[in-house]
Amino acid sequence: MADTVKLPEDSFKPITSDDRAALDSEKIAAPSLTFAQDAWRRLKKNKGAWVSLIVLVVIFIMAFGSIFVSPHDPNAVHPAYANLPSKIPGVSINGFNGTLVQAGERIDAYKAAGASGAHYIMGTDYLGRDLFSRVLYGTRISLIIALVATLFDLTIGVTYGMFSGWKGGRIDTIMQRIIEIILSIPNLVVIVLLILILKPGMTSIIIAIALTSWVNMARLVRAQTLELKEQEFILAARTLGERPIKIAFKHLLPNLSSVIIINTMFTIPNAIFFEATLSYIGIGISSPQASLGTLLNDGQKNFQFLPYQMWWPALILSIIMLAFNLLGDGLRDAFDPRTKE
Amino acid sequence: MAKYLAKRIFYLILTLFIVITVTFFLMKLLPGTPLTNQAKLSKSQIHLIYEQYGLNKPVWQQYLLYLAGAVKGDFGTSFQFSDQPVSYLISSRIEPSLQIGLQAMIIGVILGVIIGAFGAMKQNTWVDTTTTVVSILGISIPSFVLAVLLQYYLGLKAGWFPIAEWGGFIYTVLPTLALGAQPLAESARFVRTEMVDVLSSDYIELAKAKGLSKTGVIYHHALRNSLIPLITIVGPLAVNIMTGSMVVENIFSIPGIGEQFVKSVLTNDYPTIMGLTIVYSFMLCVVLLITDILYGIVDPRIRLTGKAN
Amino acid sequence: MDNEKDILEVRNLQVNFKTYAGDVKAIRNVSFDLRKGETLAIVGESGSGKSVTTRTIMGLNARNADITSGTIMYKGEDLLKKSEKEMEGIRGQDIAEIFQDPMTSLDPTMKIGRQIAEPLMVHKGMKKEKALAQALEMMKLVGITDAENRINDYPHQFSGGMRQRIVIAIALINYPEILIADEPTTALDVTIQAQILNLMKELQDKISTSIIFITHDLGVVAGMADRVAVMYAGKIVEYGTVDEIFYNPKHPYTWGLLSSMPTLDTGGDELPSIPGTPPDLLDPPTGDAFAARNAYALKIDTEQEPPFFKVSDTHYAATWLLHPDAPKVTPPDQIVARQKKYAEMQKDLVKQQRPSIPVEEEEEQQ
Repeated sequence: MADTVKLPEDSFKPITSDDRAALDSEKIAAPSLTFAQDAWRRLKKNKGAWVSLIVLVVIFIMAFGSIFVSPHDPNAVHPAYANLPSKIPGVSINGFNGTLVQAGERIDAYKAAGASGAHYIMGTDYLGRDLFSRVLYGTRISLIIALVATLFDLTIGVTYGMFSGWKGGRIDTIMQRIIEIILSIPNLVVIVLLILILKPGMTSIIIAIALTSWVNMARLVRAQTLELKEQEFILAARTLGERPIKIAFKHLLPNLSSVIIINTMFTIPNAIFFEATLSYIGIGISSPQASLGTLLNDGQKNFQFLPYQMWWPALILSIIMLAFNLLGDGLRDAFDPRTKE
Repeated sequence: MAKYLAKRIFYLILTLFIVITVTFFLMKLLPGTPLTNQAKLSKSQIHLIYEQYGLNKPVWQQYLLYLAGAVKGDFGTSFQFSDQPVSYLISSRIEPSLQIGLQAMIIGVILGVIIGAFGAMKQNTWVDTTTTVVSILGISIPSFVLAVLLQYYLGLKAGWFPIAEWGGFIYTVLPTLALGAQPLAESARFVRTEMVDVLSSDYIELAKAKGLSKTGVIYHHALRNSLIPLITIVGPLAVNIMTGSMVVENIFSIPGIGEQFVKSVLTNDYPTIMGLTIVYSFMLCVVLLITDILYGIVDPRIRLTGKAN
Repeated sequence: MDNEKDILEVRNLQVNFKTYAGDVKAIRNVSFDLRKGETLAIVGESGSGKSVTTRTIMGLNARNADITSGTIMYKGEDLLKKSEKEMEGIRGQDIAEIFQDPMTSLDPTMKIGRQIAEPLMVHKGMKKEKALAQALEMMKLVGITDAENRINDYPHQFSGGMRQRIVIAIALINYPEILIADEPTTALDVTIQAQILNLMKELQDKISTSIIFITHDLGVVAGMADRVAVMYAGKIVEYGTVDEIFYNPKHPYTWGLLSSMPTLDTGGDELPSIPGTPPDLLDPPTGDAFAARNAYALKIDTEQEPPFFKVSDTHYAATWLLHPDAPKVTPPDQIVARQKKYAEMQKDLVKQQRPSIPVEEEEEQQ
């Protein structure tokens, strides 16, 4: 195996310091990434999560943008234009061209209502209100309820979990018992009871959802805190005499952030679901306000004849839930180094 | 084990006691009485009705009476149907709810396990993608939307199943499907994640190094280890089904407790709401207790600590 | 080399891993032989490709692994060309493996008797009762006390050392021709380590198996191995008998490894270490991968990969320092001392047939 090739004269000179500098053993071919960058990279690679994020951003912009620019006034009543099917200009597929089947015949409902010039891309409801505007409005209300409730439940849950995990011992045991008791009643039952006491309405829905759904967050945060508490960097901070509140904010919270963010992505659709259920049952948002739940409830009444009135809100609701779930999954994978390839 | 069981049952009773107490006093905070919905009554009539519901006694006495009754399964008389005891109302309506709930749970979990396991075994193939899509859709579509769609398309249009009411098994199919989608999706997702985790563990590597075939590895090692933790989500799934049943029973006009709960809420029938809250909580506690014991039986690691305690 | 005695021949093996940033060249042209009944130690830092080598032999590489070239000949057949089904027949029957961490390598929900018996049931088609009876024998052989009562216990009821004995029992139950031990003692306490190593040596004599012993710990190698291959950055850089590697190392990387190993001779001074870190295998450097960390690097090291230079019939090293034109360099003091000792040993060899006895004793004292 010995070498037979003629080698250049100076081959066996020791390498110079310049050569050595050029070698640079610390050179890393793969770009080094921080934890956040790495998570971001993996999130972007996850097509489902990435699309979900974009879809959510679009839905947010449209729902909240409709405060300023809305195709129609969501509450403007046009009895003459009642129950018009969806009509998208330029589209001639049945179901989206403003026609519907009446007495076995497909007729142009817009012409029949004397509204040939108008178009409602999602149609109108039984009062002739523009469904698209109402869906935007309902989505906004649903999102506000979900986001505010989630914000509260985040605050309660994270504080409760961190406190319980940090204190440990007897306090922890008692706090966990309380959680167990809350968990032994179905969430929706508690929410309903709370709303009965607080009187139906947006605020009481937010409070009721916030007061019941922090439990999951608290459990996750506690488990993570218990684990973190034993780690050296926390121990070091404690040894150095840092105050617990400062340790909590400076050391615990950043390390809990991935757990919190991921769980939030699952709390939001849950809150949306609860709101929709409540409104659907009839103890949620009341008219003239609308949410996705009330729109569903309205649409369901006429589903047999005017299915689009339920399809549209159902579709939007499902897309929002789907997007949050997919984004949550994607974030979990992105933050979890075990799934790193 | 016996000691552990005794401890758990004690906690169950304690939990129920707290639930009863909290609901009772919450209901006392509520405005409205059985008379809210009635026409004007004379003073003596009001007095008579108060007497009938025990509302003229001091609150603590009412509480003790309620507690004593609740232990015997007596939750007072319904406001809505003034001649019916709440306990009768519940017991006559619990069967349909239980049947649909159990069917949804069993079918959902079994199908979910199969789908999830296949997804994990064929990771990153179209099978896996299908699994993910099915589970994510099942989780994202609210059961009441699904119920309306099923009712319309399979019931009304296709005419395969009755669209409402309660009769034989055929009447349970659509509500079971509507309620079962969530457990199916959740357990498929859970089993998939769990199994992917297990499949990358060292003991699976060792099983492969032993020369076990792919199916051997799955059947003898991966399946059991990924199914055991599934027991832990049965409790939350039961909650999902209870929640879903309130709306789904309504949509299909099933005379169950879920439908009754919604009706009672809309008519301010407090005794029934209280009674149902306690029944829901009781059922959930029992489910949690059973799953806990089951987990101890199936998982050797827990079994030992149970003995030691 | 005598092919008759070789049970496993690995030739020009190259394995890449596909990652988001490109191909990681984990194994770059590795060749070695395993002889019947011997213990071959593969030594190297983490990430040097030791484990990937063994995974490849077992056919158990991760999904993103790509074997770009090479052959692994076992009993005249190339393992790399075998189907998955055929490999299942070989794993646990002809070639068995012991894993690093006994705490995680046993199925937590299966009784250990069954786990040990499984390879018998799979490969020999044995009935459960008969297989369990043999498993019991094997449990006794690997030194599990009270085996009769413990056969129905679960893994969590055993200590780490006992679990590793169980893992060894699983590996050896079919009397495999080749046993791959992937850092079998790394996760164990030092005292347990010695027990497990002794057990392995003892069993090797009893069932005459060949062992590929993967480790990063040269101290363990001295008492275990017959021959040593030193791996660096996905390549074997030096191989020879255990004496040759320990007392007459030629590659500067081996020098570094040996110097950074504490011995009785090491004074109170600081333990030397190899500066720098291994190269990134996404983009391996041209020339000698070790050049950047090598105090003796030559110009050619940065230009061309060194071939293997023969030191003796059994000893080869891939370093340009062995080229006839290369300047004579003086290795670190400790290595010089080792080489002196080796020279004396060679003299003794004339008188004594087995020179390694005093050597082994000395190494074991470490």
